[in-house]
Amino acid sequence: MIQPFLARFPLVIFSYSFGCIPSQATTYAVDEVSFNQDVFPILSDRCFACHGPDSHDRKAKLRLDQAGGVDGAYRTLEGVTAIKPGSIKDSELWYRITTDDDDDLMPPAKSHKKPLSKEEQAIIRSWIEAGAPYERFWAFVPAKKPDMPKVKDSSLSKLPIDRLVLAKLDSLNLQPSPEADKRTLIRRVSFDLTGLPPTPEEIKAFLADDRPEAYEALVDRLLTKKQYGEHIARYWLDLVRFADTNGMHKDFYRNFIAYRDWVIRAFNENLGYDDFVRYQLAGDLFPNATSDQLVASGFNRLHLIIDRGTALPEESFFKNVVDRVTAVGTTFMGMTVHCATCHDHKYDPLTQKDFYSLFAFFNNIDAAPETGGRPRDGLQPPFLALSTPEQSKNLQQFIKQLAESDKAIKELKKRIAGEKEANKKKVLSQDLKNLTGQYNAIKGKRDRLDREIPRAMVMREREQVRPTHVRIRGEYDAPGELVTRNTPEFLPALKKAGETATRMDLADWFVQPSNPLTARVAVNRFWQQFFGVGLVKTSEDIGAQGEVPSHPELLDHLTVSFIESGWDVKALIKQILLSRTYRQSSVSRREQFTKDPENRNLARGSRFRMDAEMIRDHILATSGLLVNTMYGKSVKPPQPDGLWKSVTMIGERFRADAGDAIYRRSLYTYWKRGMPPPQMTILNAPIRDACVARRERTNTPTQALLLLNEGEYIKAARSLAQKALEAEATDESKRLVLVYETVTSKLPDEKERKVLSDLTRNLQKNYLEQPVLSDAICQGLNVGDAEQKAQLAAWTVLVNALYNLDITKTRE
Amino acid sequence: MNVPPLLHRTRRHFFQDCGIGVGKIALASLLAKESFGATGKPDFMRFPIKAKRVIYLFMAGAPSQLELFDNKPKLKEMEGKPIPPSVIKGQRYAFIQPDAAVLGPRFPFAKHGDSGAELSDRLPYLSKVADDLTFVKSMHTDHFNHAPAQLFMTTGSGIPGRASMGSWLSYGIGSEADDLPGFVVMRSGGNLSGGSAMWGSGFLPSEHQGVPFREGADPILHVTNPKGIDQTAQRQTLDLLKNLNRSTHKKMGDPEINARIEAYEMAYRMQARAPELMDFSKESKETLDLYGVKKAKSDFASNCLLARRLAERGTRFIQLYHSGWDAHSNVEGNVKNQAKQVDQASAALVQDLKRIGMLEDTLVVWGGEFGRTPMVEASAALKRSGGRDHHPQAFTMWMAGGGAKPGIILGKTDELGFHVTEDPVHVHDLQATILQLMGIDHTRLSFRFQGLDFRLTGVEKHNAVKKLLA
Repeated sequence: MIQPFLARFPLVIFSYSFGCIPSQATTYAVDEVSFNQDVFPILSDRCFACHGPDSHDRKAKLRLDQAGGVDGAYRTLEGVTAIKPGSIKDSELWYRITTDDDDDLMPPAKSHKKPLSKEEQAIIRSWIEAGAPYERFWAFVPAKKPDMPKVKDSSLSKLPIDRLVLAKLDSLNLQPSPEADKRTLIRRVSFDLTGLPPTPEEIKAFLADDRPEAYEALVDRLLTKKQYGEHIARYWLDLVRFADTNGMHKDFYRNFIAYRDWVIRAFNENLGYDDFVRYQLAGDLFPNATSDQLVASGFNRLHLIIDRGTALPEESFFKNVVDRVTAVGTTFMGMTVHCATCHDHKYDPLTQKDFYSLFAFFNNIDAAPETGGRPRDGLQPPFLALSTPEQSKNLQQFIKQLAESDKAIKELKKRIAGEKEANKKKVLSQDLKNLTGQYNAIKGKRDRLDREIPRAMVMREREQVRPTHVRIRGEYDAPGELVTRNTPEFLPALKKAGETATRMDLADWFVQPSNPLTARVAVNRFWQQFFGVGLVKTSEDIGAQGEVPSHPELLDHLTVSFIESGWDVKALIKQILLSRTYRQSSVSRREQFTKDPENRNLARGSRFRMDAEMIRDHILATSGLLVNTMYGKSVKPPQPDGLWKSVTMIGERFRADAGDAIYRRSLYTYWKRGMPPPQMTILNAPIRDACVARRERTNTPTQALLLLNEGEYIKAARSLAQKALEAEATDESKRLVLVYETVTSKLPDEKERKVLSDLTRNLQKNYLEQPVLSDAICQGLNVGDAEQKAQLAAWTVLVNALYNLDITKTRE
Repeated sequence: MNVPPLLHRTRRHFFQDCGIGVGKIALASLLAKESFGATGKPDFMRFPIKAKRVIYLFMAGAPSQLELFDNKPKLKEMEGKPIPPSVIKGQRYAFIQPDAAVLGPRFPFAKHGDSGAELSDRLPYLSKVADDLTFVKSMHTDHFNHAPAQLFMTTGSGIPGRASMGSWLSYGIGSEADDLPGFVVMRSGGNLSGGSAMWGSGFLPSEHQGVPFREGADPILHVTNPKGIDQTAQRQTLDLLKNLNRSTHKKMGDPEINARIEAYEMAYRMQARAPELMDFSKESKETLDLYGVKKAKSDFASNCLLARRLAERGTRFIQLYHSGWDAHSNVEGNVKNQAKQVDQASAALVQDLKRIGMLEDTLVVWGGEFGRTPMVEASAALKRSGGRDHHPQAFTMWMAGGGAKPGIILGKTDELGFHVTEDPVHVHDLQATILQLMGIDHTRLSFRFQGLDFRLTGVEKHNAVKKLLA
């Protein structure tokens, strides 16, 4: 079989190729087309809806996703051959995509799909003339270690990542950018690894460290910080749609924090990604499963839950399993498997039967349909109590005492009933009162202890496996063919440990090296975290309708080295961060940004607006308010009034927490799916009702309003202003440098100093004239005289302005 | 937001030629898409533009059509008797048993206007504008729980996470306003079960999501300056940002920086515009009385007036949610109370738009997420009596203006009001109709996400309802 991407054949008509990136068409000068890179995307986009894997809707007994078979592309039906390798004139397909006859033209007008452009026709022509070779779809073939290409200037770097990136730059006649300056670098790598900015002291130390290994030492140091696990976990929580509420109808609270805390710990302890996957898919099936493994299996319970009252239990049960399988598809396969709930997948070779064979692994939860009204803490069975040994011991003690006490009470009651003498009866009744009092006291203690014990929803297998049927048209009450647990046919076969395949078998299947998807999908997502866009841009879908990779060999290299390292996440991240490619400056010419806005060619460092959590955490950290307490109860920082009230069906009102808790990292913010915190969603955080592998980044006026006017952010600005004014440095310019460097990690140039200082003076003058305004800003503080108040007010506005600067919100 | 200027101009001109007008912000994202063919107009703009904007009055909780629009004397006759099994055909309900007794209409009906539309005596104001309204008595939906059904009506799917109708329109044709959001959401009455996903943008870029207005002086989140910061300080801040961000752009070359500068400027314009928008003091007493607006009270009536003001200022899609129609018990009291809150202002909105000449190109839509059962809901355990359960098989909605045919009554239900018997209109058909009135072919306004082309009206075949078009 021909290796994907390596097989190239000449494109005779045009001297350039047409990859997935249109802007490259004029600059990308290679004279070959590849089936996977060039031909397959055209066939998938224009043809597969009617001539693809879905047998139900297939027209003219023709499928173009494969060459052979009675319906395959090379087939001859009633004298018509769809594709005749080597001959466009004998290929009906060529006629159909090029004809002027509207009745014959493909794709037909009524499909609303665009006809093939001249360039696309040229690709198909070259391909047919070269023998129309089919290759397996690139993502379904295990990654193979690529040969290291020759590059023009091999002195630039010896690292595989750089070699593979430079080879592409060479082919495009592009130059790589120089390394970013040290201030930019430490800010970039601090944000990328911990989600937080460097402190001025950390910057100073890094600037002073002129050893060649200074940068590597910095990366190593950051990788060991606790904030690393918190930051990396956040991406994972988007992916698995972690939240604190059920997400539908009455949107009840549910306590799921044990899972979140496990994810943070797993990243900090650098748990192998293979085990990370295994625990989540099948942690409950490990012999003598640890509480970590059990908690991780809660991955299977993160779906939406609609409470009873209006939903039929059978329907809810079905929907929950579909949601579970969908999550597995997006998270571990990078595929849209749920498309096959109702019919065979239109684009990927995943049949409806394949979908329900996967479904069969996940419909055997040992519980009634999860439609419970409002169980304590929203915990629907099966769930688990995570008590410490001491808590367990005390709890047992209380239970024993209660049983004894109960027994004594019952006996006493009998005696009272049998006692005829009034006096004795009175005495005994007093005894009963005392005993009951004791009983209630113990019960109170037990309940208090019980409430302290964290709990977590987990997965548990029912002994008797529920049968699974294909559901006709995806309707929960329309069972079709009976299926057994299995993995999709187009992927490597499942190995069963026993007679019946288990979720553990499935988990092992996901992390066996021959599985082409798991590692690839993971490394692509990690890459995306550090470059703003994945090597495959559509990180949620690397299937047929996803985009082809910008650097296929690089993706293969990372995949293979990840598996070979024992699925070592920190090693993978370190490899990426030490590359020359990552360390490039993001300064570029406007034309470069215009030609390659998403930096797919990697000729510069990436520059993108930070996520909502990073923006908020940055404000908290630099203002000195951030509280670094890890784990535990989700917190509710203040938010504008009335938001919950407008959506709740159960009279829920938002009550902000008080004290230090409100300054914890945004990762710990309480996530109500029906109305997530606006500080987050306004800046593109997803709602967490579905698995999201990549966030969008937009620029909207509501974002500007949030960052300019949110009261909590003004308070933070005031806090930093106070620090600056109380600092030892007494002259204005030193203070300016202090706040500027704290916020941006840079030093202001002369122009910046001047405009900032002008603003401060103007503001100060205004505030002196309008003490009502400065009083409002200084509310709750003991500041001093009018002049000092005006000064603090002016500096607060100044810091707020700095928080709104483009360079502050952008990781560059 | 990097757009070649020529392209920019051509497309803007297209919209102006169509008389639709486009604000700066919404345009930009559209320009990046391939929706424009050789003609220079978007491929999905296939119909004459009848409606330039929509005011959607969403009656959340599902009002009883049997107490308002769909008169069924037969129910009165049969009251207390079980509904025939041949009618119910195995349909299951959340709360009531299939053999529940029939409940007669609680209010008398009368015919109104030239169209002879039958309305109950709970709708005295709407009765007066009956000839301006287009009734659809044959609505039906796929969902019978509130959250999925509300999402289905607003986003075309019962599962959260899809793009809502308002965001589709914002994405497709942008906004006429550059100092107010293009898609605004207002709420009154009780609670909403569909949650904020009902005005979410789903897979569409988030600038297209609905902006919920809040009660009180700060209608748009963060539109008011924080305490202690006046307009001068705010302007100085913005000038500084513009100045320094421009220098950054010069140095870095990243065009995103310009997009951010523009977003800040629009934010500032919104801050300046919002107080004027919210200020009803220039409205005449006659207008205030028409709607029944009470001083300093935020309710459905004031929301209707605000909707008209937004429509005048260029907002494309204005959605009012009024909740509280979920009459599982005492449907009589429920309808009495709810109708009192919405009848006058709904009618006033139609009259007012007509008076100022805007009804012609403003589409008003009124209705809930499903209907209510002909059978009674009663349960001693739940302390319910005289209620009606959820009924997805048949319900009534109405439209006015914006190219909807006035004074017609489309569709019929059987004598018990259980099933549609004539001209059924599925939720996706209604959505297709609304899009068509805006000039859009619903099969062509799509967005690729996770490898699939999504559209508001789903994958099954659905059509705009020709009989509803003027």
